[in-house]
Parts: sequence; structure tokens; C-alpha cells
Amino acid sequence: MSKLLKGVARIARKGWAVAAARYAMILAIALVAYAIVLLLAGKDPIKACVDTFSFTLGTRYGFSEVIVRMVPLLLTAVAVAIPSRLGLINVGGEGQLYMGAWLATWGAITFTGLPQAIFVPLLIVLGFLGGGVWAAIAGFFRARGLVNETITTLLMNYIAPLIVGLSVYGAWRSREPGSSAFPQSVAFPDAARLPRFFDTRVHLGIILALVVLFVFWFVMERTKWGLKMRAVGGNPEAARRLGIRVGFYIVVVMFIAGGIAGLAGMAEVSALHGRLRAGFSPGYGFIGFLISWLSGGSPLGILMMSFVLAIVFSGGSLLQITQGVPFAAINVLMALILFVVLIKPRLPRRKLS
Amino acid sequence: MTWTLICGVLSGTIMYGVPLLYATLGEVVGQRAGMVNLGLEGILLIGASVGFAVSVETGNPWVGIIAAAIAGALFNLVYAFLVVTRRANQLASGLAVMFFGMGVSAMIGRAYVGGGSKGLVRYQIPGISAFPWATKTMFSYDLLVYFAVPVAVLVWWILFRTRWGLSLRAVGESPSAAFAAGRRISLLKYQAALMCGLLGGIAGAHLSVALARTWSEGMSGGRGFIAVALVIFSKWHPLRAIVGAMLFGGAVTLQLQLQAQGSSISPFLLNMIPYMLTLGVLLVWGGARRFAAPGALGRVYSGEE
Amino acid sequence: MSSSHDMRTATQQFDTESPAPLVSLRGITKRFPNVIANDSVDLDLFPGEVHALLGENGAGKSTLMKILYGFYSADSGTIAVDGEEAHIGSPLDARKLRIGMVFQTFTLIPAMTVAENITLYLPDLPAVLDNRRIAEQIDEFGKQYHLDVDPRLPVRDIAIGDQQKVEVLKLLVGRARVLIFDEATRVLAPHEIEGLFRIFERLKEDGYAIVFITHKLREVLACADRITVMKRGRIAGTLIRSEATEEGLVALMFGDAMPREIRQTAGERKTDGAPLLELRNVTTRAEGEGTRLDDISLEIRPGEIVGVAGVSGNGQRELGDIILGLIACARGRRLLQGVDATSWIAGRIRASGVGFVPEDPLGMGVVPWMTVAQNAALGSVETYARHGGLSLDWNHVQRDIGTSFEELSFEALNPWVQVRTLSGGQLQRAVLARELGRRPKLLVASYPTRELDVRSAMAARRVLATLRDSGGGVLLVSEDLDELFSLSDRLIVLHQGRIVGTFLPHEIDRHKIGHLMTGSGGTNE
Repeated sequence: MSKLLKGVARIARKGWAVAAARYAMILAIALVAYAIVLLLAGKDPIKACVDTFSFTLGTRYGFSEVIVRMVPLLLTAVAVAIPSRLGLINVGGEGQLYMGAWLATWGAITFTGLPQAIFVPLLIVLGFLGGGVWAAIAGFFRARGLVNETITTLLMNYIAPLIVGLSVYGAWRSREPGSSAFPQSVAFPDAARLPRFFDTRVHLGIILALVVLFVFWFVMERTKWGLKMRAVGGNPEAARRLGIRVGFYIVVVMFIAGGIAGLAGMAEVSALHGRLRAGFSPGYGFIGFLISWLSGGSPLGILMMSFVLAIVFSGGSLLQITQGVPFAAINVLMALILFVVLIKPRLPRRKLS
Repeated sequence: MTWTLICGVLSGTIMYGVPLLYATLGEVVGQRAGMVNLGLEGILLIGASVGFAVSVETGNPWVGIIAAAIAGALFNLVYAFLVVTRRANQLASGLAVMFFGMGVSAMIGRAYVGGGSKGLVRYQIPGISAFPWATKTMFSYDLLVYFAVPVAVLVWWILFRTRWGLSLRAVGESPSAAFAAGRRISLLKYQAALMCGLLGGIAGAHLSVALARTWSEGMSGGRGFIAVALVIFSKWHPLRAIVGAMLFGGAVTLQLQLQAQGSSISPFLLNMIPYMLTLGVLLVWGGARRFAAPGALGRVYSGEE
Repeated sequence: MSSSHDMRTATQQFDTESPAPLVSLRGITKRFPNVIANDSVDLDLFPGEVHALLGENGAGKSTLMKILYGFYSADSGTIAVDGEEAHIGSPLDARKLRIGMVFQTFTLIPAMTVAENITLYLPDLPAVLDNRRIAEQIDEFGKQYHLDVDPRLPVRDIAIGDQQKVEVLKLLVGRARVLIFDEATRVLAPHEIEGLFRIFERLKEDGYAIVFITHKLREVLACADRITVMKRGRIAGTLIRSEATEEGLVALMFGDAMPREIRQTAGERKTDGAPLLELRNVTTRAEGEGTRLDDISLEIRPGEIVGVAGVSGNGQRELGDIILGLIACARGRRLLQGVDATSWIAGRIRASGVGFVPEDPLGMGVVPWMTVAQNAALGSVETYARHGGLSLDWNHVQRDIGTSFEELSFEALNPWVQVRTLSGGQLQRAVLARELGRRPKLLVASYPTRELDVRSAMAARRVLATLRDSGGGVLLVSEDLDELFSLSDRLIVLHQGRIVGTFLPHEIDRHKIGHLMTGSGGTNE
């Protein structure tokens, strides 16, 4: 027995075990809080959990849905994590996501004759550009010392869906029968849809997301640019004196981060919906923010958290169908998770750099 | 016709500006103590939902307003706990409170969506009825509107003429100096947060109980963030906040009125106006104002706190 | 007199003939994680005298007084005030016991007025402020002790010497009887120091007890009545002024191991070639609280240390920054080794062979949570980048660190520790090693020995001299006139962003420089 305890103690001291324990505890607390919220809303939390897990992990379709949901979560989380290494707080994932979707939709609707082999890269580029430019604006203002990027991106989150709404209700509006109830854009040509795999809704987006995650880790930890960026996050004044072009990096990083969030938007409309709808995002940008903070900006943590939260949200939509839990409760859950993270700075937390 | 326009703009300015002023005043107090609270939006929503719900349930709108003030103050205690006691990042804590407020207010308000209430009694400005062109309802406002400027003056007086206000400002300028002067920094910050929450709750309640006389999810529509921008615009000064709130209210109203008078501009574009304006305000004044900000706030904006 | 609880009535309570001390510290011990700051210290403070607390940086003097002021709490020991044991848990307690402290870095709030700053400090403020009465008191004390400042001005608009007067006024209006001054002369020009001592005289006459913490022998001999020397956390000795001599005090401060510093001037060096740096009529724009440089023309030749004297805040930081390329020249030209570098950005200037030692290494020179190695790599990232930047050669970094430390005769450091765990001296050495390892041609050194212990300070000076001897150029900004005089080959004086004088060290004395520094031309101080 003591041998077992020694073994456990040895593992417990290892960094990854501490991190895993921390994640587990945070999630446990958050789920308990969620269960309480469910109870208050008059629902049965245990049944909710059982339903969720048996669906997501027990069925092929359920699992594929988890993968599908992971895509925007992964991408928006990285969109927050990258700037956080520079000490920037990007809350604009939502807006950047919408703008990526918007620009991609423009491309899909305008260049209707292209073959898929050309369309797909085009959409990727457009999605990236849409979100990237949107975020770069905020980055530019921050680099010039005008406005803090947190406030700018937050405000721009309100503007982007309005731009989407403008187009969806206006120039891009679909005239198909039955669409007047739910305004949406005209449908994308088939060639403009991201390819899917295995007869499920799992699409190219997951590959994009995993590649992005890997590149994020590699650039930050191994390359010279990553070192410089982390220096900016650690001490911008010292970085400036060491000759690092802080302003330049701020704008570039925001551009890249926004672009990644834009990819999430593009993937959602292109792969899943096949058209642009107003309000198509249930707050992925904010959930990505949450995931990044929960995992301290670490790529592995982001992967784990996205997976777990994808399960929870599959459950959420399942619950909405089966039990009628309002999405406001999700807001509360997000807040509670953030609270838990913010309350416990003593845990071995890798700071935002 | 232009007369109606002018009256409409004046009226709209006050309707938009007064809750904004209360919210801005609250944020001024908080920021003077060194705390940037992005969760003000959540506080507004809590104030609006609690205020409406209680006033409908008790049948007395003033009870609702008081309940909203208390609810806002308590809610902001959560922010204070995160930021003061746990020393968490201010911007992130504000966001957490914002989500919390959005969610909780939606839950509280669910049963009251679309309902109506009789609102607060309106009193006409004394003497207006003497004018021949004034109708009975013109320029009549509820007491909270009349109290708005006095409350701003009161906030100014508290900040600049009392010991508590001096201590609070010291905390926001330089916590180390305040500590060296023997001030209890945590306590002062909590008190500032309470006051900010109180004013924010009143602002929200005014929106739902008196102005709109109903509740709908997310009805504050970003006014919390606009207030944060107005704090910068008014150089953290309560009296200038009056000007800022009214100017902003006027600008938004003027645009809306002009458009409403026969313009085919899409409502989506119209809705963008407050946010664009806010961004504009921040851009024009934000950079230079950096140096007028309370000393300790600089660290928040550059990400050190 | 208008106020009732004034210093006049207070004076009558002071019996300066009585041997009873105002404050007694017994057995004070205080430990910090790596060091014992105070080791069983006893001290008595008497009214009506200036008691100097002398010792080198790190001896524990500041810590001891901070314990008395309630900033720290002692691990063991007692404090007695007026014969009664006192518990001082916070500055508020200390002030209630009428003990006050003027810190090295002033605890003034720049944006608030003089009057507000003083008001903040008063112990018995009513809930509603009576600004008029406070202004009266400020006026009284100001006249009484030559501490005249305009109470309505914001503190950031007044000179540093005047800011110190505000600090003293704070204590006086707050009814303190014991006034502790921590390294008060650091920011003052020589004639201002004399002014401060005269203020001490007047305060002494009225029965105040003054504690004067310093590491400068000369000042102690000029103003103290009683001298306590501290060394490594312990009391090395207490003397009355009449018993004290320079050699005696030095012996107490250092024991027998007083390091002798070699005068670092003209020797064999290479001084040919184009000037390393030329600033021609450079003017900058002021940014916020910074100082605007006005028509600066300056040359630094190879093999030369140019010392910059000036009261802090008169453009020294901006001068350094403009050489490093962190500020743009609104007018004028900047040439590096003959090449016009006016439009170059900081990175390019650095790459051309300019290094820097910042005034606050932890805040301005390193990334605190990164390791020594990472910070060293950041010093010249391109040197260590491989595969186009996709990876970094950490072995090379480590080798270079070792080489650099050896060349500078520094004790080796573990390169994989976080920089924030290093001591002040170690950090400065790491920064010096990083900067000098790049073989810079020009080095901007700002206050490089501030708050360093004597050994580290000497090591730093030696490094600068060696760089100069091998043909490099140094811009040395310092508030230590001794250091400037001993190291510089040429001296310039900055005042309000302009160069108001250029001298060879032997051409000028401390007093004249002091006047130039403060912009007061007179010789009648």
C-alpha cells in the first residue's frame, strides 16, 4: 500500500500531473455549479449528465458531433491564446469570427463557378483575411497607444454581427420559399462547401484547427519570433529597449489571431450551414476566450478543454431540445468557470506569457 | 415641424443620457479607485431585470429601484472580490461579471419579458406650463431624471471634499502612497465597488422601470461599455460626465431622429451608431487622456493588472 | 497662533537636557528569505539631535527604520516610545506615536496638489475636509522652517528638491516628533544638501529627533550629532560627533576589508577614429510626463566616458533613449560612427553596436520570469537563430554567457534560473555580461550602480572603464557626483533638457556643478 502511495506521490509532483489535476478540479467545480444552475432551472442534473455522456461518447454520431463542435472552440481559443502571450487580451473572437464568415460568404456567392479545389483555398484565405483585418484594426489602435484592445475588440463584437445582418437582410438575402421566416443568405454552391469525412458532419475544419494548434505551439516555444513575442508579453518596456518592434508585433499578432477566429466563422458557414445566417454563432468567440483562460494559454490545455467543452455544449443543445434549458444558463456557466479560474491564482498557473 | 424635432431630440437626449450618466458616475468612482470594471454592462442588466421584476411584483416602482440598487451593489461585490482580494486581472474579471449579469438577468427577467408597468410618475418642469406651446406632457420627467445632476454634484463633492474621497483618489493614483499614508486599500476599493454597483443598478432600473417600462434580454445594449468610454472622455470628473452623457445622448438621438424622419437607411446601420461613436470618442480622446488617468489605472490598460 | 495642538506647545514637552530617549529599540531582528537584515539591533533616539545611521547599501539601516515606521514588522525585539512599550503594526500606528519617515522614493502623488498630499497624511482628519485650515498650517510651518512651497501646485510640477520639502511638511503638519530621512540627499545638488542640513538645525532647536540614514561619510560628518554605524545587519558602533573621524567610521563600516577603488582615469587607450556618437542640434517632442530635449549637441569619441550630471527628471532618460533610438528626433541629426542614423529604429541601432544598462534593470532590461539564458538570447536574437529563425541554439547561448562572465571576472551564474530570483548585484552583472558580450562600441549606462553594494558597484565601474580602455564609448548617467568625477573623461550637465555646461572633471567643483544642475547660477549658497 505504501508503495502505491509513494508512486502516486511521485507522479503527483510531476508538472503534467499537477496541471491535469488543476484542470480536473476546475471542471469539477464548474460542473457542480452548472448542476446547481440546472437544479434551480428545474431540471434534473444527473439525467442531463447521463444523457450527455451516453450521446457524445457512446454513439458514433454523437462523437462526430463533438468533433464538429471542437473546431470553432479550438480556433477561437487559439485566437485568444496567441495575443495573450504578448499580454494582449483579445475578446473580439466573436466579431472576428463573424467577419471571417462574412468575407467568405461574399467569396462563395460571388465566384460561383469555381471548382472545389480552388474554392476551398479561396475560402480559407478570405475567412482569414476577414477576421484578420477586423482584429488588426484593434491591434493598430493599441500599438499607437490610443485604445486598449480589450475595449476595442469588445465594441467591435457588437458591430460585426450588424454588418452580417445588413448583408443577410439586404443584398445577399435568399428569396427561396420559406426563408422569410429565418432570413439567410443565398446558399453556397456545392463546390464552396468544405469537404466532409466518414459520412458525418466532420469536416476539413478539424484538420485546419489541429494544424493551427500545432503551429501555435511550435512558433511560440521553438522559434525566435516566439521568444520575442513572449518577451513583449513579459516586459514590453524591456522588449522595446532590446530592439524588438513591439508595435509591429502587436498588429501582426492581432491580425493572425483574428484570422484564426475568422477561419472558425468560415468553417461554420461553409461546412455546416452552407449559407450565412444572422446570429449563427452561439457565442463561440467568448467560449474560446474562456477556454484560453482556463488552460492558461497552453496548447495542450486548449485541446483538452475544447474537447470537454464540446461535450458539454453538445449536451447543451441536446438539453435544449430535450429539457428546455435556456442559453442564458450557458452564460452563467461561462461566468462561473471564469470565476473559478480567476479566484485561484495560487495554482501552478502559467501566466499569460 | 422643426420644433417637434428639437423637442424630440431634447427628450431623447435625456432618455438616453440619464441612465448613461448614472452608469458613468458609478464607473468614475470605481476607476478613481483604480478599478476598471468592464462588467458594468452586467450590472446594468441586473439592475434592469431586478428593478423591473420587483416593481411589478410589489406594484411600487420605487421599491424596484431600491432593490435594483442593492442588487447592483451586491453584484459588484463579486467583481471586487476577484480584483481586490484575489488580485485577478481586472479586465477579465469585468468580463466574467458581464457574462454573469447577462445570464442571471435573463433568468430573472424570463417571466417578465414583454410585460408592462406603469413606470415612475412624471413631473413637468415647473413653469413650463406657462408657455402656450407646451402641452401637458411635454418636458415631464421622473424624479430620477431630476436627481441626475444633483447626484453628479454629490459624487463630485464626495470625491473632492471629503476624507473618504481623498483616500479613494489616493488609492487610485498610487496605492503605495495611500498605504504609506495609512489607508486601508482593500476596504476603500470594496466601498468604491459598492458605490459603482449601486449607481449602475439605478441606471439599469431607470431603463427598464421608467423609460422602456418593460424588460427584454440584453436591453442595455452596450451602454455599460459606452459608460466606460465616457469616463475617459470626461477625464474621470463627475461634473464633466454630465456633459459627456448628454452630448452622447444627443448625438445618438439626433442621428436616430433624422433617420426616422424618412430615411431608408437600414436599421442595422443605425444600430451601429452608438458603438461607432464610442470608438470614435475613445480614439480621439483616449490617447491623450492616458496621462490624465488615475495613476494606478495605467497598469490596467497596459495589462499589468 | 491659530492651531491649538501646534509644535510650540509640543516643544515645551521636549526636555532636551534629559537623558531619556524618545524612542528605544531593543533586540530588533528581521529576516528575509535570503538574508538577515537586522540582527538583534539596539538603538536609542534622543530629542533635539540629528542621529545618523551610517552603513553601505544592504547594511540594514533602511530596514531598521522601516520597522520603526511600521512598514515591516520585526521577527523579535521591542520598541519603546517615551519609555512605554509600543506595538507598531502599520505606518498609521507609527504616525499616531508621532514618528514620521521620508522615503528615498517619495510617497507623493504626482497628480495631486501639495496641499492634498499633505492632507492625506494628517492623522486626525475630519470626515469633511477643512482645506482652509490645512493651508494655514502649511503656510506656518513653511515659513518657520524655510520649507516654502506653493500648496496649490500639483506635485509633478515642482522640482524634486521642493518635493522633498513637501515630504517634510507632511510630517510636521502631521505632528511628528521623530523625523526619519532615508537617503535624503540622493536627489539633491550639493547646495541643496546644505540647505537640508540647515533645516535640520532649525528642527533640532525645536526639539525634534532626526534620524538621517545614509551611506555617505562626508554628509554624516557635516550634520550629525550622534552616529551609529551598521554593518551586515548589526550595529558596528555608536559615536558622538566629536569622537568620529573619517578613518574611524570607515573602519567600522567595512572592518579591515575596505575595498580600495583605483581611480579610473587616463591610461593607454585608443582614441582615434570618427566619433562613435554625434548628436547635432537634436530636439525632441515631450511625451506626457517626459522632458523635452532642446537643441542637444553632443559627441562621444572612441575611448571616452562622458558623464551626465543632472537632477533626475531633467532629460537624462530622454538623452539615453534618443541615443538608443527609442525616441525620434523631431529636429536635428543623430550619427553613429559617422553614418546618419536619424531615421533608424531601435533594433537597427542596437544591431550596429550600441548597448544599454538601464536604470531599473528588472523593470526595463529583462523579462523577469524568463531565465538568464533566455534574456541573454534576447540580447542578440539573430546571432542565435538557426534555420531561418525556426529554432534557437541554446548551447551557443550558454557558451557565450560563460565566456562573458569569465572575461568580466564575474562569479558564474546558473543560466537556467529565472532572472527575478537574482539579487540586485547578480542581476546587474547578468545585464552587464549580456550587453558587453556583444562587444558594443557604445554603451549607455544609466545609474548603473544605484542601490548596489560596494563590491558590485566597483565591479560595474571597472567594467565601464575597461570598455573605455579598449576603445569603446560610454555615456554615463549618474546621480553620484563622486562616481561621475572619478570615472568620466568629460562631464556635461543637463538641466530642463538642455546641456548647460561641458567640462573636464578637474575644471569644475561639486558646488558649481550643483548650481548648474538646479539651474541656480548663484555662488552665494
